[in-house]
Amino acid sequence: MSVSSETEGYPLAQFRKTYFEECAELMDALQSNLELLSSGNEEDEVLHAVFRSVHSIKGGAGAFGCDDLVAFSHTFESLLDALREHKVPATPDLKQLLLRASDALADIVNAARLERQLPDDFAADIRGAMQDVLDRSADAVAAEVTPVAESLAPAVSSEERRYRITFRPHTEMLKKANEPLLLIRQLRKLGALATDVDSLRVPELESIEAEVAYLGWTFTLETSVSPQVVRDVFEFVEDDCDLSIEPADLQAAGQYPAPPAETGPAENVGAIAQVAAPAPVSSQSIRVDVDKVDRLVNLVGELVISQAMLTEQGLSLPADRYPALIQGIEALAQSARELQESVMAIRAQPVKSVFARMPRVVRDLAATLGKEVRIVTSGEMTEIDKTVIEQLNDPLTHMIRNALDHGIEAPRERVAAGKPKQGTIQLSAAQRSGRIVIEVSDDGRGINREKVLAKAQDRGLVPRGANPSDDEIDNLIFLPAFSTADVISNISGRGVGMDVVKRNVQALGGRISVQSSFGHGSTFTLSLPLTLAVVDGMVVSVGKETFIIPLTAIVENLRPQAADIHPVVGRGDVLALRGEYLPLVYLDRCFSIDGAIGDPCRGIVIIVQSEGASRVGVVVDELLGQQQVVVKSLEANYEPVEGISGATILGNGRVALILDVARLQAIDGRGSGGRREPTTIASIETSGDITNAA
Amino acid sequence: MQPDNKTAVNRGLEAAVGENVQQFITFTLGEAEYGIDIMVVREIKGWTETTMIPNAPPHVRGVINLRGIIVPIFDLRTRFGIGVTVPTGMHVVIIVAAGTRTVGLLVDTVSDIISVDPKEIRDVPEMGMPNEDQFLEGLVAIENRMVTLVSLAGLFGMSPDSTKRSATESAGLVAA
Repeated sequence: MSVSSETEGYPLAQFRKTYFEECAELMDALQSNLELLSSGNEEDEVLHAVFRSVHSIKGGAGAFGCDDLVAFSHTFESLLDALREHKVPATPDLKQLLLRASDALADIVNAARLERQLPDDFAADIRGAMQDVLDRSADAVAAEVTPVAESLAPAVSSEERRYRITFRPHTEMLKKANEPLLLIRQLRKLGALATDVDSLRVPELESIEAEVAYLGWTFTLETSVSPQVVRDVFEFVEDDCDLSIEPADLQAAGQYPAPPAETGPAENVGAIAQVAAPAPVSSQSIRVDVDKVDRLVNLVGELVISQAMLTEQGLSLPADRYPALIQGIEALAQSARELQESVMAIRAQPVKSVFARMPRVVRDLAATLGKEVRIVTSGEMTEIDKTVIEQLNDPLTHMIRNALDHGIEAPRERVAAGKPKQGTIQLSAAQRSGRIVIEVSDDGRGINREKVLAKAQDRGLVPRGANPSDDEIDNLIFLPAFSTADVISNISGRGVGMDVVKRNVQALGGRISVQSSFGHGSTFTLSLPLTLAVVDGMVVSVGKETFIIPLTAIVENLRPQAADIHPVVGRGDVLALRGEYLPLVYLDRCFSIDGAIGDPCRGIVIIVQSEGASRVGVVVDELLGQQQVVVKSLEANYEPVEGISGATILGNGRVALILDVARLQAIDGRGSGGRREPTTIASIETSGDITNAA
Repeated sequence: MQPDNKTAVNRGLEAAVGENVQQFITFTLGEAEYGIDIMVVREIKGWTETTMIPNAPPHVRGVINLRGIIVPIFDLRTRFGIGVTVPTGMHVVIIVAAGTRTVGLLVDTVSDIISVDPKEIRDVPEMGMPNEDQFLEGLVAIENRMVTLVSLAGLFGMSPDSTKRSATESAGLVAA
């Protein structure tokens, strides 16, 4: 890693961007570790991790002149340090303070990122509270042994240490215009330096080459700085030299390489370098531009298509005549599939990054509403495609707010109902049969079905006299413009709540449902696809055309009897199926395709159901099989097509269109080529978002 | 993934300014010869079967797979209102970059590359056919031939600030 040449070329703005990207990660780590801490996990590991996050944020902040951030994080850091040194006890109050401090820190980081000025007294109360705790502990400690200053900056050790440094530059190092003398001078600034030159390798004068490194040095350095600081002197050359830094008197100091927690006073020397080459010890990951990964995903998609094409061709050859070819094709198929899975796995990320933001939502809102609520998360490590994660934040936030606002009761009400004063929201994620299931459940009052039904009847959403099932009533809350909150608050209750959640989730190819028990709470269940780039599809033919129907939408396939088909005036045909009447959509008429069978009794009826829509029978000619297909955008070069959600490329290289089943009935009902009008909840637009992956 | 046409446009400008010459690829529809700015042409390929797009206007012949990109193919003959092409293996698709989109134009043959001094380009006489007029950029006489220069911007309504959808509508790509 040639850090030196790269970093010098980088403008400060680039460092700054990297720094704030890192801050976001550090804040996530900080939040989740603080949650661990407040849930009773007081292991040193957790405390150290919390300290490291704040420390790293502070380190970079100094380099970019974010003074507010430095000041605040310094106090925060000092408090955390006192905590991990057990100078202050980890009381519940203190943990609460730490959580508030991390929220404030997030705001300050954000303000710094946007270069926005915060009010002077921003979070002054929190900082004051932290300082109080520190002062009190310092007083207590001072009464015992240590001076006050020690507890504020214990990371700086005043102890003199002795290091033995052996340093032998490679010729490479000189070629990169690094001058050993400058390094030696820098070492000398750190403390008393004794130098010993190893000139054994210097050849006879006539054979000396000017550009070759012959010399080596052994230094003995007496200094008060940490091993990391010594090491930082050699940071830009360490790949091009033999270097060892050892404590000369072994009992005195930590072994090299120093753990990051000991980098205490290193900020000034190494701040820029730290930003450029983050966390060399702890992290085994690299930062990659998402575009690069997307390109990789696309390319692998192409590869899989070409491979499918080869396989198809290969199967038509006599296997006994070309055994090696057939074998090769099979091996290729295997590798291509594994490659695709691995590439998809790169895009997968744990849902933790979204979950970690929720505790704050709960804290803020609970405080506003005067409710006592705790949030319990589980399954944070469940992985899901990055694009899905990015779009998960809004619906999740909405659901949590909804649970807090409508679900969890006020403390007094809870006590009266014989529940604990503090409400609980559980947020969990798990992988089930190729999908991710996320549940948000609360132990609040549950859905008041009478009230919901009454409201729905008031608004004409349900005809009076109808007798919907409990389940149907519960799911009314996903209708647009539906809200049962008695008071319109600024939190939720404007009726733009759950229908928006539902739409967001559908845009991701997901489903949402609710189970509720009145008086005991509600559970919202989100089911999401693992990735948006690939769908499992049923390949069907209509005339000469081939279409893909997403498997998730298919309920069943059947070939009905003529007696089961009934024409309904003005509504087309319906299919009688186990006492139910399902409208039939003839794909050939809908899409003006010639040469199709067009008769459900000779073709196949595929019963489909999409989110929120009633079931519909789609009439096609034939089922050609199931296939996993890579979703491509039709809109990138054309425009949205009604009834089509995207396109894919089949094994023969031809394009096949993916049906948007939720829209099919709408097209059929109006004849072909009409305009879009949302008439039912079935017509929520999903076509745009599913195809983004291509 | 879109081809990076920005650099191509820049090169086109340089060529036009530097040598004061514009290059066009010419193609035929029946007897008539047309030219299209070489800088927007990405590649030329033989006709392959397309996948129909449901309820699309008649000049949209469907979509093809161009190395993993879904590319719509437009029948220029139908677009110009002079019939419907019955494509064979001898027919040619010119893949062009129209704004941010990549589209294919179905034509009979590709014949030539011509260099034209912009000063030699004549205005198209008003023919009272508003639809056709806006697709045409000018006329050029080369030796004994008359080449009609096609405006991609006119074909695809590439006004700089209009959205993709309204742009295609204003260009009449949606069935009248």
